[in-house]
Amino acid sequence: MNNDLLFDFTVDKAAQTVYITREFNAAQSLVWDAFTKPELLDQWGAPAPLRMKTKYMDFKVGGRRFYAMITPDGQEGWSVQEYTSITPKTNFKMYSTFSDKDENRVLPGSEWDYTFSEENDRTKVNITIYNESLERMEKMIEMGFRIGYTMSLTNLENLLSTLSEKK
Amino acid sequence: MKHDIFQAIADPTRRAILTLLTIQALTPNVMAEKFDMSRQAVSKHIKVLHECDLIKPEQSGREIYYHFNAKKMQEFDHWLAQFRQSWETQFNQLDKLLTTIKEQTTK
Repeated sequence: MNNDLLFDFTVDKAAQTVYITREFNAAQSLVWDAFTKPELLDQWGAPAPLRMKTKYMDFKVGGRRFYAMITPDGQEGWSVQEYTSITPKTNFKMYSTFSDKDENRVLPGSEWDYTFSEENDRTKVNITIYNESLERMEKMIEMGFRIGYTMSLTNLENLLSTLSEKK
Repeated sequence: MKHDIFQAIADPTRRAILTLLTIQALTPNVMAEKFDMSRQAVSKHIKVLHECDLIKPEQSGREIYYHFNAKKMQEFDHWLAQFRQSWETQFNQLDKLLTTIKEQTTK
């Protein structure tokens, strides 16, 4: 339904940086809210079948968000994000690290930069993720791999149940 | 500890060696010459690249030629594709959420 929306994803392995651009069919203020309000973030931030749970979020410079990604079998992966710069509705930057369930951060982390711009009733979001270490990038991508794998398994389950219903 | 592909490509010399090997298979001696390095230093890099399957040795007479293993690199790109896929899913979820919110506010 939204197939014409721009989606660009590039990984610069040597620079340890990931670039993501995505368009959304909504006003800039609404998209900004979806990225900066915990009650909205938790609704889309984890790719199904994973869930996202924010324990607390203090969206101001120097403030933190402490949240978990939860797998269908209940495993929790915790992270801490610290906001380093905020320009309302236009840009925010944060420093993101994995952590344990008691909010102890595992350094090094990665630097995230989000830029929002609106044109013709559409909002474009540019995300830059810079990893301080290649090991961190490896971990991040490995997590993406595991998530992707979990998703494919769910898709397979759905397919299998559809096929067995047809019988 | 066995090295992985991320550590292998983290080093600029090893990236240069890989680039060179995509063009043609080389012996350790030729690699040492091209990079103006000692045989020992080259051997160290070869060991790392070989351990993670990015290059493959092939005996030819008395010489060992190292080849670039494109299949392994594809595997790595496959990982990245999975990472991209998880983002795509999240964004599609956000599309739905935005549509729901817009419908609620216009009602």
